[in-house]
Amino acid sequence: MAIAETQVYMPGAPRPRFRLLEDERWLAFVLLVPTLALLGLFIAYPFVRGILLSVTNSRVGVPGEFVGLANFYKIFNDGIFRTSVYNTFLYTGVTTIFKLALGLWLAMLLNRNFRGKAFTRAFILLPFIIPTVLSTFAWKWMFDPTFSVLNWLLYHLGLITGRINWLGDPDLAMISIIIVNIWRGVPFYAISLLAGLQTISPELGEAAAIDGARPWQRFWYITWPLLLPVTMVVVLFSVIQTFADFQIVYVMTGGGPANATHLFATYAYQIGIGTGLLSEGAAISLAMFPILFLVVIIQLLYIRRVEVR
Amino acid sequence: MGQVVLKGINKFYDSVHAVKNVNLQIRDKEFVVFVGPSGCGKTTTLRMIAGLEAISSGDISIDGNVVNQLAPMDRDIAMVFQNYALYPHMNVYDNMAFGLKMRKFARGEIDQRVREAADILGIGELLRRKPRQLSGGQRQRVALGRAIVRHPRVFLFDEPLSNLDAKLRVQMRVELKKLHLRLGTTAIYVTHDQVEAMTLGDRVVVMKDGVVQQVGEPLELYHQPANKFVAGFLGSPAMNFARVTLTETNGSVVAENSGLRITLPNEAAQRLRGHVGRKVTLGVRPEDLTVADTADLHHPCFDAVIEVVEQLGSEILLDMKVGENAMVACVDPAVRVRVRDKLRIAMRPSRIHVFDAETEAAI
Amino acid sequence: MIEGARWRTWVFFYGPMALFLLFLLFPFYWMVITSVRPDGELYRPWNSINYNPFWTWKPTWDHIRYLFEETLFASWLWNTTFIAIVSTAISLVCGVFAGYALSRLNFPFAGSLGTGIFVTYLVPQTLLFIPLAEIIRNYRLGDTPWSLILTYPTFLIPFCTWLMMGYFKAVPRELEECARIDGASRWQAMLYIVIPVAIPGILSAGIFAFTLSWNEFIYALVFLSSPEQKTVPVGVTSELIRGDVFFWGPLMAGALLGSIPVAVAYSFFVEHYVAGLTGSVKG
Repeated sequence: MAIAETQVYMPGAPRPRFRLLEDERWLAFVLLVPTLALLGLFIAYPFVRGILLSVTNSRVGVPGEFVGLANFYKIFNDGIFRTSVYNTFLYTGVTTIFKLALGLWLAMLLNRNFRGKAFTRAFILLPFIIPTVLSTFAWKWMFDPTFSVLNWLLYHLGLITGRINWLGDPDLAMISIIIVNIWRGVPFYAISLLAGLQTISPELGEAAAIDGARPWQRFWYITWPLLLPVTMVVVLFSVIQTFADFQIVYVMTGGGPANATHLFATYAYQIGIGTGLLSEGAAISLAMFPILFLVVIIQLLYIRRVEVR
Repeated sequence: MGQVVLKGINKFYDSVHAVKNVNLQIRDKEFVVFVGPSGCGKTTTLRMIAGLEAISSGDISIDGNVVNQLAPMDRDIAMVFQNYALYPHMNVYDNMAFGLKMRKFARGEIDQRVREAADILGIGELLRRKPRQLSGGQRQRVALGRAIVRHPRVFLFDEPLSNLDAKLRVQMRVELKKLHLRLGTTAIYVTHDQVEAMTLGDRVVVMKDGVVQQVGEPLELYHQPANKFVAGFLGSPAMNFARVTLTETNGSVVAENSGLRITLPNEAAQRLRGHVGRKVTLGVRPEDLTVADTADLHHPCFDAVIEVVEQLGSEILLDMKVGENAMVACVDPAVRVRVRDKLRIAMRPSRIHVFDAETEAAI
Repeated sequence: MIEGARWRTWVFFYGPMALFLLFLLFPFYWMVITSVRPDGELYRPWNSINYNPFWTWKPTWDHIRYLFEETLFASWLWNTTFIAIVSTAISLVCGVFAGYALSRLNFPFAGSLGTGIFVTYLVPQTLLFIPLAEIIRNYRLGDTPWSLILTYPTFLIPFCTWLMMGYFKAVPRELEECARIDGASRWQAMLYIVIPVAIPGILSAGIFAFTLSWNEFIYALVFLSSPEQKTVPVGVTSELIRGDVFFWGPLMAGALLGSIPVAVAYSFFVEHYVAGLTGSVKG
């Protein structure tokens, strides 16, 4: 049979038409437009406006004039601002260390197989899921100097005789907000690190055990180095969120007592919205940016390096 | 040094009885291979010897000491995993040195041992590389090196060649054998590949469903299988089986089914007289079947129709239909056959196996 | 693995596990107890005698009733849910499209755009809220749910995009190519083949976005002023406190009831939530 006899022509084959969306670049454009519009309008634009605001002396209802870096000089000389800076670094540093340690511990506990594991994992995430403001109120109630259940507990355990003024003493107030932040962040660390742990083949641990490594050595020489990529990502994410934190401090102490627990965000709110000094508030917010920028760069470089490998 | 004794070993996973009453004495310097299909319990047994799984009941002793409660690191063993389990973030040198480092060996001693092992395995130039930069065969050697430097009493191998391609597997098999001859350390090796079992083992342990089917030297298992499973598991192509009924006619024992009728030779007949009237399974290996010619007329013969002819070069495999039985014969490459030929096939009388129809034990 | 004596499991596993669970879940228990505790029992100093803070024998619905009758809590619940659902929908659509474009299509600047979107995730709301307040006012969106519906996607989209990129990358190219040979256009192939396969990712992104919306506070605080427009977090914070006096009963009831919708939604999608969380960290 000759080949030609068996050839069949497709009836009504589509004529080639110019279809705009078949072109990858046009399709990409169409798909990305909504995103770029929203992000441009509500992130890029306000960011630029923020910078402009910070170099004027606007107040609510009163557009100001250009004053150069005057706002920045003002806030750097402001004692409360300097306290906020110190507080933010302290808050971020301490909570991150504890969240990492406790989160890692919890992740390793969860890495075993036990009954009710799925349930436990689901419940553990609750502090992270529930709106922070609402759960912080529960903590505030627990820390309230007059009615604190913690005081009750410590008293009945015989550890204290007088009350602990959790929220009225500047140092204790810092400790209180640090505890709440740790409470909220541990689940995030734990679940993320658990995912990282699960990518490490159990055979590696077994090989190390046969090689003579005790549990602590197995962790230090095998688990920790292999977990580092995930740890870096988690820590960097968390640092950015914690550095810019607002809700916990706002609810627990409002920045007090006597402006002792302010962070960048809460102080910016108090100045910008509370007293209406928009430009100074904007300046305070923007002061966060260099640090955040640095952290973002580090994270991008690290990811680049990992991907290249 | 390196004597391992398994006494009454059992392993339960919840209600699943994975390993049933394994008893074995492994001598020093012996190379013992555990072989069987997936899920037969061989890997579980190996892991119990290593200390990676707890023993449900029974005792494991190494050189006379019961090691049931000892952690893996205290048993003086080394293991090569199927997936090599190389530490991905360390280079080859550090991978091999790790065990020695954990046991606080001196730097100089570590260096000496690592280089020595690297020389034996031919991986001296790879010492600075990371596992991901190595091929499968190279990784396998590093895994071996890691085990060798420890100078353990016993080597444990968990299907180490399964992840290699066919050609490499054949090569590595020879190397492993040479390595064992050179180092002389007791080795316990687990595989599902019967070729590896036959070629590597001083003794072979065949397991199925958690039970040891037979223990012995490879040729012993090959020629005197204890049951149908062992007979069918070792040897490729596998032994041919046919269900037959035994009858007695004129003083000789005859085995027949719808496809063949064979008069059993005297040696076999003696053993089988007590089973006359019963159904049994007849077994004969492909290489013990030949195309009958005048010399074989007094051998047991049957008629077969050739369905497929497989030319291997060194031999020819004939897939045949014998009544309703399917059989394979492995014959000399000079034989001329074509598909659909009807041939008379002869069996070598001394190589006929008979197995009980229910218990499958050899008769 | 053989690890040693039995007691080790108790000391090193059950013990710490129990402590963790206690630490993480106690505040919720506290919320529940306080919500149903009569006022008389609530306002007892911590060192009064005969005081058992962990249990009450006379539970009451008073606080919850107060919440629904004397405050606009029901409106807040509705507002928050509405805003969360619409923002999530917008963000999912944008995120799915952007994720597809960035992971499956070749076009100039693809890399930089991807990085750009990733970076905006890291510009916190607390940096932008002051200039944004002004912008919102200028567009006359102040004090309406739209001020939030349009701004929430700014932190929801980057995350959704990133997550969807991960899921899309796992869909084999052959599926799409096969569809296009069969006659589908690129658009159809995307809509009918690739996206359905990535539905688990969409669910993950969706539940994550939903919980993030509920959790947002500062934009809602700054952009909304009338009590009936407020969301639950803002309403509870501003309306249940008169000056220095905290109405702890209704406050805890508000906190509890405000948490329930999110918790319930989460409970249906736990696996997806966890997958989303871990996917974002590993990807």
